[in-house]
Amino acid sequence: MNSISGAQELAPANTPASWLTPQQSVWKRFKRHRGAIAGMIIFGALATLCIFAFLSPFDSEKSNLAEKFLPPSSTYLLGTDSLGRDLLTRILYGGRISLAVGGIAVAISLLIGVPVGALAGYYGGRIDSILMRVTDAFLSLPSFLVLILLAAMLREVELPIFQRNSVLTISLVIGILSWMTFARLVRAAFLTLREMDYVSAARALGGSDGRIMLGHILPNGIGVVIVEATLQLGYAIIQEAGLSFLNFGIQQPTPSWGNLIYTAQDHFTKYPWLAIFPGLAIFLTIISVNYIGDGLRDALDPYKVLERVGEWT
Amino acid sequence: MTTYILRRLIQTVGLLFILSVILFTLVNAAPGGPITAYAGRRPRPEQVERLKRQFGLDQPLPLQYVYWLVGNDWTKIDTDGDGIQDEPGARKGILRGDFGFSYRTRQPVLDEIAKRLPNTVTLMGITMFVALAIAIPLGIYSAIKQYSLFDFFATTFSFAGQAVPEFWLGLLLIIVFYAWLKNPVTGEPLLPSGGISSLDGGFSLSDRLAHLVLPVLTGTLGWIAWYSRFLRSSLLEILPLNYLKSARARGLTERKVIFKHALSNAMIPIVTLIALDLPYIFTGAVLIESIFAWPGMGRLYYQAAVDRDYPLLLAVLIIGAAFIILCNLVADTLYAYLDPRVRYE
Repeated sequence: MNSISGAQELAPANTPASWLTPQQSVWKRFKRHRGAIAGMIIFGALATLCIFAFLSPFDSEKSNLAEKFLPPSSTYLLGTDSLGRDLLTRILYGGRISLAVGGIAVAISLLIGVPVGALAGYYGGRIDSILMRVTDAFLSLPSFLVLILLAAMLREVELPIFQRNSVLTISLVIGILSWMTFARLVRAAFLTLREMDYVSAARALGGSDGRIMLGHILPNGIGVVIVEATLQLGYAIIQEAGLSFLNFGIQQPTPSWGNLIYTAQDHFTKYPWLAIFPGLAIFLTIISVNYIGDGLRDALDPYKVLERVGEWT
Repeated sequence: MTTYILRRLIQTVGLLFILSVILFTLVNAAPGGPITAYAGRRPRPEQVERLKRQFGLDQPLPLQYVYWLVGNDWTKIDTDGDGIQDEPGARKGILRGDFGFSYRTRQPVLDEIAKRLPNTVTLMGITMFVALAIAIPLGIYSAIKQYSLFDFFATTFSFAGQAVPEFWLGLLLIIVFYAWLKNPVTGEPLLPSGGISSLDGGFSLSDRLAHLVLPVLTGTLGWIAWYSRFLRSSLLEILPLNYLKSARARGLTERKVIFKHALSNAMIPIVTLIALDLPYIFTGAVLIESIFAWPGMGRLYYQAAVDRDYPLLLAVLIIGAAFIILCNLVADTLYAYLDPRVRYE
């Protein structure tokens, strides 16, 4: 805070805005984005409900055939499914799975994409061209089709951790096919930032490459990564849902938003709530996540250094 | 420019080679394969051995790849599975357009694809046309009237449109137009819920169109949202520029300023974006075609994945990757062609 107290003496009549830490000023700008705040509230509420799904008075897997296909009522808020299970409870448990797949998939693509982009951008030259060719190769794959192929293959495989399309398997497959944007964004950020004076200063002070990359450059390029991670979360959730809708994703009886819609297909013209509500959960999640991402992008925008980084269109 | 395109084409060949190696290895590591397809779930061991030799699966993987790529008609292979390589091979390899036979139908893979491709092209072509026909006016109007009520609704709509999962929208539309709404004259469902035409009787245009409505609506919403939003922001970047002010100062009508001067620049990124999006329009077909039982490529791929019909899957993936790379090249070239400020060295 030393430098700031120095500035205080020079310009005592500054506006309060200049006293905010970077985090505070980002938050301040973020708050102005009403869509993003609404998105945060809806997403937060949905996630909380899913986490506390166990508080539901109904069992998510035990069937109760006497009460099957009941329309929404005061007992069963969203009705019951073909086995008489409470749909709301199923959706909340399914939400755990869908959100977990989204989160793990993004974590995996971050774990691949950020190092790839950082190494390529920092070292340049041969490393850069090799890593970028690999990135190009992955970008040239029809990813949803490859996802279907991998899921169809793995559905037959029994491995200790990756049992028949478990949460981890599906997340891994989605993550492996979606790290490329991170790699490109991080690379572009590193290309710009590595030329900055403070990086040369850190190097002159004897900072190791790893320290410069992780401690000095990455924190300054993290904004775009955060925005992209938010958008990717929504994307991963949609991918899982699409995959499960084709019955290649998470397998019943474990519910996920996608496979709830898949199972609804047999009865949905007669009992429409079975298809409407799980899809509504996906829709609300995606739209709130997209609004949050949009708000973050606006809020993080003043890092003008990174404007050229904006490779998304 | 020509050297640029040539260099890119050479890179493309390299990229496709790497991809073909990856995809081929991946598919060959898969369980099942031709053995399960031809000998059933519980084959006798000697039967498996024979089939392996007949399909060349006893050969090392690199050799299998070479046979798959360039064919094996130049060498002798073991066709009857007796362990002696005594007969010339019949495969021509994918470089000569031989993608092998589908395990399921035992027809050449390329024939299967050729049968289904026109249906997908029709569906997705119409979807794209409708999307652009709606998105372009929507984007223009919302940019001109920035912050108006119309703009607010259009922006909200585009956010919502991009968040709607296609398969869910498809089911909602079936609920409304098939299950709820009835044709007032006949009492039949208002619109058919699937297929490309009614089973009875021959070709009728109105019947074909009726079958197109729901799949096209389902597919088009996301693209309308995407393109209108993109065109809006692309126009908003251009509208404050000085060349438009000077056009107005010269006394041009607002209509001319927008449609002739602003739009011609704002459309450049859209045109390249469409080229980049084309492959994804086809990937999206997997979900839409399986909801509406549309006999196209997407459903073919889906069915092949269910049956683990690897030659077919591999062919679609390779062709798909080639298509993506080609579209990228077209987009970049188009960009330089349309925008004289862009030059590739």
